[in-house]
Amino acid sequence: MSEPHNAPATAAPESHDDHPVEFDSYVRRCAGVFVVVVIAVALMIWTSYLPEARLGWSAKIGIILLIASFNAFIVAGFLMHLISERKMVYTILGFTVTFVIGLFALTLYAMRDFPLHTVTH
Amino acid sequence: MEIPYTVEARPDTGLYNAKVGIWLFLASEVMLFGGLFSAFVLLRVSAEPGTWPHGWQNIVLGTTNTIVLALSAITTLMAWVACKVREFGKFKFFHGCTLLLALTFLCIKFVEYSEHLNHYEIKLTNGDIYDGDMVSNDPARDHVVISGRKDSSEMDLYDLRAQKISESEITIPRSQIASMDNYGPWHNNYLALYYTLTGLHALHIVGGSIVIGYLWGPGRKLWKKDPERFTNRVEVSGLFWHFVDLVWIFLFPVLYLT
Amino acid sequence: MDAHVEQFPPYRAHDAHAHDDHGHAHHEPGFWGKYVFSTDHKIIGIQYGITALSFLFFGLMLMLLMRWQIAHPGKPVPFFGHLLELIFQHPGIPNPAAGGVISPDLYNSFGAMHGTIMVFLGIVPLAFAAFGNYVVPLMIGAPDMVFPRVNMASYQAYFLGGLVMFVSFFIPGGAAQAGWTSYSPLATSIPTHGQLFWILGMILLISSSLLGAVNFIGTIIQLRAPGMTWMRLPWFVWTQFITAFLLLLAFPPLEAAAVMQLMDNVAHTSFFLPTGLAVGGHLANVSGGGSPLLWQHLFWFLGHPEVYVLILPAMGIVCEIIANNTRKPIWGYKALVYSVLSIGFLSMIVWAHHMYMTGMGTVISTFFQLTTMIISIPSVIILTCLFLSLWGGSIRINTPMLFALAFLPMFGIGGLTGLPLGFNVSDIHLHDTYYVIAHFHYVVAPGTIFGLFAGVYYWYPKMTGRKMNEFWGNIHFWCSLIFMNLVFMPMFSQGMAGMLRRMADGGANYSAAVNSHAGGDVIGGLSPFIMSLHTPILWAAVCLGIAQIPFIINFFWSISHGEKVDDNPWHSTTLEWQTPTPPPHGNFDHAPHVYRGPYEYSVPGHSTDYTPQNESEVSTPASPKIPTTAH
Repeated sequence: MSEPHNAPATAAPESHDDHPVEFDSYVRRCAGVFVVVVIAVALMIWTSYLPEARLGWSAKIGIILLIASFNAFIVAGFLMHLISERKMVYTILGFTVTFVIGLFALTLYAMRDFPLHTVTH
Repeated sequence: MEIPYTVEARPDTGLYNAKVGIWLFLASEVMLFGGLFSAFVLLRVSAEPGTWPHGWQNIVLGTTNTIVLALSAITTLMAWVACKVREFGKFKFFHGCTLLLALTFLCIKFVEYSEHLNHYEIKLTNGDIYDGDMVSNDPARDHVVISGRKDSSEMDLYDLRAQKISESEITIPRSQIASMDNYGPWHNNYLALYYTLTGLHALHIVGGSIVIGYLWGPGRKLWKKDPERFTNRVEVSGLFWHFVDLVWIFLFPVLYLT
Repeated sequence: MDAHVEQFPPYRAHDAHAHDDHGHAHHEPGFWGKYVFSTDHKIIGIQYGITALSFLFFGLMLMLLMRWQIAHPGKPVPFFGHLLELIFQHPGIPNPAAGGVISPDLYNSFGAMHGTIMVFLGIVPLAFAAFGNYVVPLMIGAPDMVFPRVNMASYQAYFLGGLVMFVSFFIPGGAAQAGWTSYSPLATSIPTHGQLFWILGMILLISSSLLGAVNFIGTIIQLRAPGMTWMRLPWFVWTQFITAFLLLLAFPPLEAAAVMQLMDNVAHTSFFLPTGLAVGGHLANVSGGGSPLLWQHLFWFLGHPEVYVLILPAMGIVCEIIANNTRKPIWGYKALVYSVLSIGFLSMIVWAHHMYMTGMGTVISTFFQLTTMIISIPSVIILTCLFLSLWGGSIRINTPMLFALAFLPMFGIGGLTGLPLGFNVSDIHLHDTYYVIAHFHYVVAPGTIFGLFAGVYYWYPKMTGRKMNEFWGNIHFWCSLIFMNLVFMPMFSQGMAGMLRRMADGGANYSAAVNSHAGGDVIGGLSPFIMSLHTPILWAAVCLGIAQIPFIINFFWSISHGEKVDDNPWHSTTLEWQTPTPPPHGNFDHAPHVYRGPYEYSVPGHSTDYTPQNESEVSTPASPKIPTTAH
């Protein structure tokens, strides 16, 4: 067959998400992300200051972590382009998340699961 | 000798080499901070009820740092976009901002650490407990002066959110002091975790700043020779920076708000 | 398929990027650039190999000193006693080797460092980094690793980590003493700096492994030659791929734990120190509230995948050698691939079987027992495939094949003896006894190390163009096999009789105390017969050490005096044998095109009994083929 085809010259930036990068659309995207992040942070602070009588600490922590996870999803998805990443990256991250959850869950369970009739741990 | 797919993407994976490399590295970083966070959860859950601190952090400084870092993530992305559209001037501006914001973050962190290290818990020989910021600890004098309050019990030290704090200047004669300890990592596990987590995070900020600073400064020579490769370097270092921001997105609520 | 070829750029031919021309053609690195600060994967592989083999030998020496002490507690060490006394002499502190006698503290230090050095400085760098670096890029048809400078950095971090560990012996107070597992609170209660050096060394070594892991995975994903699909990879590459993932994901929690233990050590935090901790009879001045179990969880989260890191590359090497020396394809390639994938995944969720005795409840204990039993299945599948591959093969016996064949029953013994340890009910009796030592040494010593020796003999001709001497290879093999078994087999009996690990006097005091209390020989009290096994074990260990000398001499002598061979002396199908010897910088002139699987031996109708992976059906003028001996 013909000689190996060389990589495209650097003049035409071939974005790996297969569409050209436009400055203004990114400005809009960044502004949107920033607004969402600020709102999320404000929400978390407001939740944490709710009086104890209204919401116990466990519930507060749960809600705050949920908002934080949403925040993280927005940053990772849009600023790190995770929304449009390739399967290989998703696979790597998928396994990582699985094992992090395993680390948390199994360690927590192991340290909270005692034989019957023990007093201390 | 040329390594293939340094700049152009490999057809079947759709990725160039450094992209695979950085995501692998970030996966390991997720496990690293995951290990530390799991330690936090375990120690938090096993703590004696009522002895886990709430409200020991300066929320204003923490929130400022959060906004600063979020802004720096934005400027990092825009720096890459500028490279993509081949506008080097904009790249210089945006990453210059990133570096300034990183410096701001570290300065605020330094202030927070100093504030903590200046806060003392003093136990008297008669069992009284005082806590406050050190005003004067002159070894030549026979007393210390703190700006704080007397705690009615040990439990008062912990949940500051639930109390109204009124501070005043208190003079304590050295002869009455049984023990005096400042809020360093040795003081309790919450602070140990705080210093370790934020300290490791700050080290990552420093590392990321060095890389971005290199690209912004001496590394920009590559822009003239191979702009696409330079753009990829900016993207990859940007991904690291975004990860560092992601860690803070979890650190801030966990340490400051819970 | 051919259209696919067009998209892959050439490796060394002219290319469009101007910056590479003056980069490649004009620089000729001097000695330092070529051999010390090299970014070439082959040089880095050899650097790792030589450093790791040296550390393995050092670890062997430590073991001999320990075995002496166990067999002759309180007696001065012959020959080396004076040297020890000199090394550990420091003004102001008592000499732990006074009179040439190994004190209990010194014994503990040797024990901790023997484990650390063998695992982290010996086996992992040799099995994963040395063989992987040299062979994997060649096997997949790549010009080098995907990040050559990161590769160099990973070796340098390893070297520095090794240096820190080695130097720790010479500081006042000596090296770490709290076991290779460095459990808190012991690790932070020892008033010397050995533990600090251990933690710093570990941080360097972990960083080195992480950089290496990123490199390996990236290389295997991105730099496979055209036609080298995932299911055409030699199984050795698969095992290295999974090993790299285990290192990547399992090491960081240990790094986190090491940072926390460092903080405990230096900043007086209490991550792992419980409330009410007393050291030396006094309440420790710490804030308390910490958890020693937390350290154990984070350590073993790495610790278990680590043992698969130790075994998988060796299994891969054995597979390559068996295929090559039976002249037939490996039986069950797909099963091997899926098994190694399952092992990788499962190994991340079995770790607490090292912690059955920490008071965990029945539910979580059952979970870990279940996953531990399940993970034995893919291991057995792998061993079965390798055994079945021998059936109907035209078996060629040479030194690599001897070691590869011996690996199978040795790993079988090691693996099967792990089963009673995997059930908590039998582990109650066997935990922390010599049974455990025998089990894991069988897997790693006549297991992994035999695989690695096989690899050295096998790939030596590719690195040097000469074969190692067969006669001395045989001597090395038979002596190692016999003496390994003589050293470790008795330990199963000792362990079942109740002899515990890490007893500096070989159990003499413990045994005397239990026997005198119970009035006679009882289970848990060690009988004179069990105690008497220490002496033959010591002699076998010394002979094992001596048996390595022919290997060392052979290794260096054969570089200039070994039998000269051509590029593919074993008549192998895999790509690393289709290069010149030794492979030049960049390995291949053009990316080789792969047309077939890795083990096309004895293909009916073919003129030779092996068909290299890059040999097409028809040789076309347009695709230049590296000449093989096939035609």
